[in-house]
Amino acid sequence: MAKLEVTHLNKTYSPKIVPVKDLSLAVEDGEFLTLLGPSGCGKSTTLRLIAGLEQPTRGEVLIGSKNVTHRSAGDRNIAMVFQSYALYPHMTVFENIASGLKLRKTPVGEIQQRVAEASRVLDLDGLMQRKPSKLSGGQRQRVALGRALVRKPDVFLLDEPLSNLDALLREQVRAELKQLFQSQNTPVVYVTHDQTEAMTLSTKVAVLYKGDLQQLDSPQRIYSHPANQFVAGFIGSPQMNLLTLPCENSHALLGEARVPLPQVTEPQPAGQIVLGIRPEHLQVGKQPDCTAVRGQVFLIENLGMSDLVSMHVQNSELTLRALIANTTLKAGDELVLSLPPQQLHWFDIETRSRIPVQPETVAH
Amino acid sequence: MSNALRTIRGREHLTGWLLLLPALMLLALVFAYPILRAFWLSLFIENLGTNLEPVFTGLGNYVRMVGDGRFWQSLWITTIFTVIAVTIELVLGMAIALVLNESFRGRGLARTIAILPWALPTALIALSWQWIFNGEFGVWNDILLRLGILQEPINWLGEPGLALASTIAADIWKTTSFVAILLLAGLQSISEDLYEAHAIDGATPWQSFRQITLPMVMPQILIAVLFRFAQSFGIFDLVQVMTGGGPAGSTEVVSVYIYATVMRYLDFGYGAALVVITFLILVAVVAIAAFLLSKAQNRTEGV
Repeated sequence: MAKLEVTHLNKTYSPKIVPVKDLSLAVEDGEFLTLLGPSGCGKSTTLRLIAGLEQPTRGEVLIGSKNVTHRSAGDRNIAMVFQSYALYPHMTVFENIASGLKLRKTPVGEIQQRVAEASRVLDLDGLMQRKPSKLSGGQRQRVALGRALVRKPDVFLLDEPLSNLDALLREQVRAELKQLFQSQNTPVVYVTHDQTEAMTLSTKVAVLYKGDLQQLDSPQRIYSHPANQFVAGFIGSPQMNLLTLPCENSHALLGEARVPLPQVTEPQPAGQIVLGIRPEHLQVGKQPDCTAVRGQVFLIENLGMSDLVSMHVQNSELTLRALIANTTLKAGDELVLSLPPQQLHWFDIETRSRIPVQPETVAH
Repeated sequence: MSNALRTIRGREHLTGWLLLLPALMLLALVFAYPILRAFWLSLFIENLGTNLEPVFTGLGNYVRMVGDGRFWQSLWITTIFTVIAVTIELVLGMAIALVLNESFRGRGLARTIAILPWALPTALIALSWQWIFNGEFGVWNDILLRLGILQEPINWLGEPGLALASTIAADIWKTTSFVAILLLAGLQSISEDLYEAHAIDGATPWQSFRQITLPMVMPQILIAVLFRFAQSFGIFDLVQVMTGGGPAGSTEVVSVYIYATVMRYLDFGYGAALVVITFLILVAVVAIAAFLLSKAQNRTEGV
């Protein structure tokens, strides 16, 4: 009902600085949309445009199918959690959480009741009379969340809310956030540069790069069917192997190995194509129905549950990185890696966009 | 003593005091001695009547002060001067600080210009304002006459009520910039996020000013009040140059009265007593302001 929609959103500071270019997307009730991208990709600007903290150069913001483009931030009934939390330092936790309700002239009884409810959900009981300076990072974060929750807004906006927490706490709060917003039926827009947060929390991810929307899809699709080379390289850790290969007839040449090209591929103009394969999908040894690549190991990085093995492909300048569990390999060892055909991604050398492989439209 | 020397901490304390000693002696020489000397002098009559010889009178000078109408009047004038000047300076200073805190082209230049009145020597400013308010040649009269607000030129510094207002105006012109720069420092320490969060919470700009800006710059406001009160209560140069305390003593602030008592009437003992009382009033007010300041700082200390 109170879904959020942005259409043809543009923000131009100067002809050269265009943080948001013609962005259109919709977030339904109960959906959790993450704007994901490296710094400077326009994700925070997009959030600020939705919040009404900045005016778009062109385009519209609709909340609950009402056009709010020219309404002030306070009139949009949205709630936002800032990266810095933006807690009012001179107010107690209670006053911080109640601020938005007081400004909207909510009856005192209802303020008490709503703050108490948020305090219970966020486990803030006993901290209500403290000042933000007397709270830990995690507690401040929860107060900022509480301030958003009590408002019962039409849309939640979160701007990198976990980036000021240490690694251990971040994982814990991430799980709490997921539970919290699963129980709410309100659209959420979440901004982060952390792909793990995007993958774990979202129902939908919008990958942005230099102001352009690269892909808008479920986290699973973004991982399994990256729309272009940028998304392929940005999502997934360790990063996907992206190899520029020469083509010969219906094959791409990877060292001595010949990888069959997808059937629909038109002849590549430059005679080259980009092949992508994730390190976790490479298999050790010669596997049936797979192209096998021979090479020499030159680096082994221990990641704990598995090793990241880097290999020079024989008779080429290329390297492949593979995730291998329990390996006894050492630098200098010979290694054969198999490329399962269903895990290959192909990208156009010119447009950098994905070349569809025929069966995939059927599979999903 | 031996016990104190045995521990490392004890020795460090001793070293600390030894290192402090020269500075303490200097302070005692520069501050403590003159203050105590003035207090001592205030217990004597030393004027032309005693051929400038000190004659002990105990608290006689203080008793005389109680019945000294001129002293009470100067105290009253000083209070009016201080309260009006500091209040208007705070309001104007806050307005200027808010403007200078916005980003606009030429802000750096505007900030530099804003500090200029404060940087100029007071005597020079006083002389300028004396001419601006001059009854025959003053710019102020000229402007008002041309605008048709006045029919006849007014001798601003010659009428008792107007003279005080004129000196207050000059003081406001000079020190508003100081207050503005002080408050600007406070405004700059407030994160933009707070205003954005407050706007999303539904606050109007006025509500944000009341609920975010004012409480957050309260320490700077109190520092400004503290500085300005102390300066304004002891104001001398501006008034002495502009009006010399006249006309008819209408601008005679405490410092000007003390100056006259000591330098013109050569009444050193009584002058010292006046200094002591003024000093105690100032110390009391500064102590109260400092107490409020530390409370305000505790309140706003945060993230």
